[in-house]
Amino acid sequence: MTLFSFFRRPRQVHSADMAKERLQILLAHERSDRSSGPDYLPLLQKEILEVIKKYVQIDSEKVGVKLERGAEMSTLEVNIELPAAQAAKRNQAAQPARHAFAR
Amino acid sequence: MAKIIVVTSGKGGVGKTTSTAAIGAGLAMRGKKTVIIDFDVGLRNLDMIMGCERRVVFDFINVIQGDAKLKQALIKDRRLDNLSILPTSQTRDKDALTRDGVEKVLKELRDEYDYIICDSPAGIERGAHMAMYFADEAVVVTNPEVSSVRDSDRVLGLLSSKSRRAEKGEEPVKPHLLLTRYDPARVAKGEMMKVEDILEILSIPLLGIVPESPAVLKASNLGTPVTLDANSNAGKAYVDAVSRLMGEQIEVRVLPPERRGLFQRLLGRPA
Repeated sequence: MTLFSFFRRPRQVHSADMAKERLQILLAHERSDRSSGPDYLPLLQKEILEVIKKYVQIDSEKVGVKLERGAEMSTLEVNIELPAAQAAKRNQAAQPARHAFAR
Repeated sequence: MAKIIVVTSGKGGVGKTTSTAAIGAGLAMRGKKTVIIDFDVGLRNLDMIMGCERRVVFDFINVIQGDAKLKQALIKDRRLDNLSILPTSQTRDKDALTRDGVEKVLKELRDEYDYIICDSPAGIERGAHMAMYFADEAVVVTNPEVSSVRDSDRVLGLLSSKSRRAEKGEEPVKPHLLLTRYDPARVAKGEMMKVEDILEILSIPLLGIVPESPAVLKASNLGTPVTLDANSNAGKAYVDAVSRLMGEQIEVRVLPPERRGLFQRLLGRPA
């Protein structure tokens, strides 16, 4: 018996229950995406980047977008790597690098 | 005037063709004039499952393109008088399946039959779309497994938005859930989702539960619809499903999968 199975044993989570829970969360999202028309994420990302570009020089390769779908709440995380300090100095109005949105 | 029923699932390998053959045979056994149509252009298999693969001369695509008469392409089942099969093409492209062509063929069949069962290909491409487009009712074949349930949900979305009934603003296509490859023993162990779970997720009425059964492979080996194997639990499950499809109220029974008995194992006889 490994250490891992020692911790797992008492809970007895059935895989069928996991399947049901995963499906319920996923399908709730897929159904609402279907009715809300085309996927807005790419456009949202493009517009956010355009706004930031007005103030800071950014490399579009160094942008990460992550979406985490939860039952109660989903989070959209946009990570933008800003250029080194000297480059940023020129722009006084530099934005913080990390933005979190709840939807 | 015939009722058009599509047998669909999104996911492949869940039992669409087996179910089409079984439901078609079941309806014919109940005295209903039934035709089953293969929409899987390029990968035809309904002929094989029905055991008439050597009798195919003309097909659905030939009829659509005017190369053959519908009567020439229809194959009459040798076991059941009321049953006919319209095979599809093995060589043509799925683009040969035009909406106007399909409509014309269905219109001609509608006057002569009680039920038209359309066997959809897997996926949600043209063939699947054409199979569901003219349907009045849909049998959504689902396995108790996450990817199958997800795809069934997707297909249900398409039925309510991309079918003719949806486009014309008519009464929506009536969906039925047919749960196949169900294993109550695994459900009891918590290894497989329960019927109730899947019904709760998909929220459509249950047409039947077909247990995992060796009779299904045996039937396909022989080219016989499993409904004709009246002693098998899968056959019994399809008989029940057909009754419900005809509007009868029948209590749902969860039949166990057949296991080979000790006696049979000792004799070494196949189940």
